[in-house]
Amino acid sequence: MTEPPGPLDYLHRWPIRAWLLAVVVFLYAPLITLMAFSFNVSKRNIVWRGFTLDWYRAAFQDSDLIAAFGNSLTIAAVSTLVSVALGALTALLLWRFRFPFKAALEGALGLPIVVPEICMGVAMLVFFTQILPWPTTLAWPLNLGAIIISHISFSFSFVAIVIRGRLASFNRELEEAAKDLGAGEWRIFWDVLVPHMRPGLLAGALLAFTLSLDDFVITFFTSGPDTTTFPIKVYSMVRFSVTPEVNAASTLLIVLTVALTAVALRFSGGAAAAIEAGEGL
Amino acid sequence: MSAAKTIIRFENVTKRYGKVLAVDNVSLAIEEGEFFALLGPSGCGKTTLLRMLAGFETPSEGRILIDGQDISRTPPNRRPVNMVFQSYAVFPHMSVADNVAYGLMVDGVGPAERARRVEEALELVKLEGYGARRPDQLSGGQRQRVALARALIKRPRVLLLDEPLSALDAKLREAMRSELTQLQETVGVTFLFVTHDQDEALAMASRCAVMNRGLLQQVATPSDLYEFPNSRFVADFIGSVNLVEGRLAVDEADHAVVEVAGLPSPIYLDHGVSGAHESTVWVALRPEKIELHKRGEGRAAPLLDDAPAGHNLVPGVIRRIAYLGSESVYDVAVEGGSSVKVSRSNLTRRDQEDFAAEEPVWLAWRASACSVLLS
Repeated sequence: MTEPPGPLDYLHRWPIRAWLLAVVVFLYAPLITLMAFSFNVSKRNIVWRGFTLDWYRAAFQDSDLIAAFGNSLTIAAVSTLVSVALGALTALLLWRFRFPFKAALEGALGLPIVVPEICMGVAMLVFFTQILPWPTTLAWPLNLGAIIISHISFSFSFVAIVIRGRLASFNRELEEAAKDLGAGEWRIFWDVLVPHMRPGLLAGALLAFTLSLDDFVITFFTSGPDTTTFPIKVYSMVRFSVTPEVNAASTLLIVLTVALTAVALRFSGGAAAAIEAGEGL
Repeated sequence: MSAAKTIIRFENVTKRYGKVLAVDNVSLAIEEGEFFALLGPSGCGKTTLLRMLAGFETPSEGRILIDGQDISRTPPNRRPVNMVFQSYAVFPHMSVADNVAYGLMVDGVGPAERARRVEEALELVKLEGYGARRPDQLSGGQRQRVALARALIKRPRVLLLDEPLSALDAKLREAMRSELTQLQETVGVTFLFVTHDQDEALAMASRCAVMNRGLLQQVATPSDLYEFPNSRFVADFIGSVNLVEGRLAVDEADHAVVEVAGLPSPIYLDHGVSGAHESTVWVALRPEKIELHKRGEGRAAPLLDDAPAGHNLVPGVIRRIAYLGSESVYDVAVEGGSSVKVSRSNLTRRDQEDFAAEEPVWLAWRASACSVLLS
């Protein structure tokens, strides 16, 4: 008698293997190629001529690229801080209170996530030209205001949803216990609620940061000649020619985004495990 | 309980949630040093009563006094009571010592004093040396001890416990019962606990209040609740009971007779009932208070020393036997149609073999065995 195949035994069958191979090729081969050719001696992304770090050196000496990167980091940092504060407060509001049109607000919160980004971009463009023209002559970093505001407007929804999920697992008896032991509302907030929210705050912050850092569409509509961000700069470089310098810059962005996403996933995944263990980081 | 001082007083307390009456005009006094149980089925209002005392709910009507002070509108963080929550609510992000110290920290007690009292409190609940642990490194029983220490460190006038043993497994629950009573004797603080488990209430409490549908049914010591219930609800809720409906045929100062439709002989009681003659009453007869005797050809009916002949003695046939180890419970169909539960202690290792299913038996009970309920 032959044993029925175990779950992993299917991996030895050729259709499954072919499928796996196809997934790897279509998903990762382009990325790996991009990264590999950033180390290529040749100026053209066709033949491998040997290993070099020259393109990274060139990228680091490209003052426009560096300025764009600085802009991106600044925008990401500011919009993350504001998004986390706004998102956390929104989540608390929705979790804690009952009020008219609460369901409507909760639905509207998801809008920036479902609305096509191109529409958000156009909307921002219209808003910042017709309703609130943001002066482009302001000193750095105030000239980034329009981009920062538009980034906040979509990333805070993500933050609010992450933290709302975290709050759902809060044991209200903890709050009552603190109150019973003599704590006032403010103390309860800092001593009990914020520690419980912490994994959600961290995950939300990292999410907001990565969203802002690699956003192209919305930024494209809100940036000006002096307020270029890293993705916009890479795009304009590609329009002239795809040099390995673009590859190098893109590789850096990929590495940074992947690293931050990994940290974010670790925290949000760790959050769920922490609730199970009653540990709560 | 001489010269006992009333510490908590509920005065006509009512709590409504919309149209639902959770607590219905409850008046209750609890004395200093008592281990008091609020007992009742789920949804009876016992937890609402406890939460009103803690301050998490406000009475719709009536007043709650602690040491004569009306605290009905005082916020929970300014009441001289502390609570052990059902989930224990140990702060997961703080060490055991920080958990226990929390109440003192909030009150602004200095670090040296705090450390000393934390040490004391941990010793009290037998958690010496656990101060640095995290709550997730503790067992359920240990977490409960942390919650106890955290509440007791504030030296409350009353310690409130919400279903304190329900989250523990059976063996630990037994052990915690005696530990809680010991702890209460050591600290001398008044304990008020809520439970739906009658065994728990009988085993730990010095006095119990039984509640049903928001109403206070009876307040008494555990043995009075069991032996002298004041209503069918209490008789039925506490322990196991045979409840029969009858007619009050004789009601004198020193005895009474109740005639029951389903029983061939009337029930004789050694006390007066002070009910209206011929009125409907209920007789509560506990299974362990009924004697089981063999019945058959050539065997005389058992003699009862405290009831006149023809009373408190009914023939029947054993229908089912449940062997529970320490005792056996016999389901007896009596002549007249009723079914009566009888339990019999297995005093020797062969006692459970004395009676078999389908065996004819006599059921007999003493005049002092049953109680008459008017409601």
